[in-house]
This record gives sequence, structure tokens and C-alpha cells, in this order.
Amino acid sequence: MAADMGPAATLPLPYVVTRRRRELRGTYTLELEPASGEGGVSPAPGQFNMLYAFGSGEVPISVSGLASDGTALVHTIRDVGPVTKALCGLKVGETVGLRGPFGTSWPVDSIEGNDVVIVAGGLGLAPLRPAIRQVLEHRQNFGRVVLLYGTRTPEDILFRAELQRWRGRFDLDVEVTVDSADSSWSGDVGVVTRLISREQFDPLNTVALVCGPEIMIRFAAQELENKGVATEDIYVSLERNMKCAVGFCGHCQFGSFFVCKDGPVFSYDRIKRLAGISEV
Amino acid sequence: MTRSLHRVLGSHPFFEGLPERHLEILVGCASNRVYYGGDVILRQGDDATEFFLIRHGRVAIEIPSPGGPRTIQSLGPGEVMGWSWMAKPYRDRFDARATELSRVIALDGKCLRDKFESDHELAYELLRRFVGVIAGRLDNAHLQLQDLYGSASDGR
Repeated sequence: MAADMGPAATLPLPYVVTRRRRELRGTYTLELEPASGEGGVSPAPGQFNMLYAFGSGEVPISVSGLASDGTALVHTIRDVGPVTKALCGLKVGETVGLRGPFGTSWPVDSIEGNDVVIVAGGLGLAPLRPAIRQVLEHRQNFGRVVLLYGTRTPEDILFRAELQRWRGRFDLDVEVTVDSADSSWSGDVGVVTRLISREQFDPLNTVALVCGPEIMIRFAAQELENKGVATEDIYVSLERNMKCAVGFCGHCQFGSFFVCKDGPVFSYDRIKRLAGISEV
Repeated sequence: MTRSLHRVLGSHPFFEGLPERHLEILVGCASNRVYYGGDVILRQGDDATEFFLIRHGRVAIEIPSPGGPRTIQSLGPGEVMGWSWMAKPYRDRFDARATELSRVIALDGKCLRDKFESDHELAYELLRRFVGVIAGRLDNAHLQLQDLYGSASDGR
């Protein structure tokens, strides 16, 4: 994929912040448009871009959507270090460097005809959002669609307004659970994997898309397998220390894979063995 | 009433596959209850005399904390709540509060404890099922303790 991109694979292009929205404490969504004014890239759901905060560094950030008119790339970023802090602090009109899109995508087109179980944890909802939107745009081509979302507390629910809209639909089941809450929260409390065990779905025709912290992915995949979903029908998105994003530097090596080019989206049967080894 | 309780108990996932003889004993210790949102079902430190099969609704398991009670787990239909009646000192370890209209079957644990002494097969069946539930909840608690969603992996 990187080879097809030409210079865009290694040369950051200037993009302008056209919109900045605070999602949660320390988490912001940026909409970016090419500074040249020409058409930008069109990432597939699940792909990521390398965002370069000038003077700070470069980080991989999943695409969390396209703006409604399709011109702007949307990235949701949590401030966890100096580069992400700089990105979160960008103001409308400021410029960022962007390389991409990179990596594999959620196989939304090829899973039509199936029930879809989407399991997201914390900020893992961001890389899944484009896939959810695509599924909903072609809703008639899928069976039952279930979104199971787990996060830390009720205050940490990402994309709350959109989740509420999705929850209001008659053709999408949305369950949200948090790790802990005060007594004003009347929803579910507990790990997101518990929501899987409660769900009823046809394992022979179910595809699962899972994104979140790696340990959550492992337990979610285990629970899905317990429900009879085949490992090759479970797709997960891994987060690793991507640097070059084109499979040269090896920073994101995961066993025999480079997460930047072989992933970040993998079918679980390819990585299940590695996922159980803490040293990898 | 007894017949419908028998049917409800037999169809609850926690008692799936339980021998008829054991179900008969359990029906004798069971009662149907309804709790409304906000009702306290168990209070930490109280005598633990019952456990509950949740049929409908949602129950929050709470622990006291400086800012007020924190919910550490919620339980819903098909799940079982309460095992303090099985082990000394027979005191409830958590508060439990219905967060919405909840229909449960309450089982008299004290009565069952007495029956366990004379019916070891029944004791084994129930303990085996509770151990599975406790192990699952312990796994979940371990995951919750890790604060999974707290931060990204490489801190860039």
C-alpha cells in the first residue's frame, strides 16, 4: 500500500485544522483539510495517518471519520505525551503535517450478509466509527448489528451524542458499560466482555470488529470464541509504536508482522498465538 | 404459584440442568420479589441470609467511597447475586441496589445451608455453580483494576 502512495508515504503534506472539538478531558477531535486546497486522501475505515506536530514529532492516529461533506479528515486524539499534547493544543487555522493513509482496514464490504458485533473499549471507538457509519449507510445489507462499548466512567463516554443517536435507531443495538460509576449512573457497570456473554447472536453468520486496549481485545476475542464465533471472523485493530508507517523501521514489529503495513486490522486467527505472549 | 416458581427456577441459566430433586428443594426456599429503582436489596454488614436470581431489570453492586457509593458492577437478567450466605461470617460484603424495576427470585440461603449438611450432592451442585460465577467475577474485577482505558501504550 505504501509503495502505491508515492511521496505521500514518507513526505508529510501540510494540512490545516479546520475544526477542533473537545470530546473529553484531554481528548480532542481535529478536522484537517489539505493546505493546498486540493482534494485530500480518502482513507478506508480503520486506516491511520501519521500526524506531525511541528517541533514536537510524529504519531500514528486512526482516522475517526470524514467530515459530512467528505473534504476533511477527522482524527480523535488523546493527550498522553508531548506530541499528542501538541496536536490536542492546535487551534483552527494552524497547520499539521500528514502522511497516509496507512495500513489495513475493517473489511466492511466483504462482511455484508452477516450479523455484525462491534466491540469497542475507551478510545477504541474512534477507529471503529468510520466502519460503524459505513455499516449504517448500507444497513439493509447486514443482519443484526450490535455495538458494545466499554469505558472508564460515564464521564469518559466518547462520541456521546452520536452514541445516543445510534441508540435511538431501531436497527442497531447499542450497549454501554463503564468500569465504575456513582449512584447517578443507572446503566451497566463492568467490563465490556460481559456484554458479549449476554448477547444472543448466530455465531455461524457473525463477524466481530474489536478495538481497544490489547488485553481487552484478548478477553473479548476469547468471549466471542466461547460464543462460537470463528477466529477468522473476529477482526481486531492493534496499536503499536508505529514510526515510519511503511514497514521499514521495525518499531511496530509484532512477531513476523509489521503492524503499520500488515495491520493495524488483523483477522484474529493470524495473531491469536502472538496475542497470548506478553513479551511480543 | 409453586408450579410457576418451579418453572422459573428451572429455566434460569444459573440452575440449568439441575436435577429435578434439587429443584424441588430449591422451590421450597424460593420467593418471588419485585424491587423498584432505588430500592436497597442488600446492605453491607447485614446478616447474609439470601441470594437472588435476577429475571428482569438491573441491580448495582456498590461499595462505600469518600465521595459516596461507587457502583463496581451491575447485574442483569440471567445472573445471580449474593454468595455471602455460603461462607462465614455470613455478612453481606456489598450494598446492592435496584437501578430500575427489577424482578428477582430470592432464595433462603440460611435454609439451604442447613440442607447442605444433610444433602451433600445439592451442596456440591450449588457450590460448583457459585464457584464458576465467583471466578468469572474475579476475572472481571482484575480487568477493571487494570484501568484498561486509562492511557495509550507508548505515551507519545
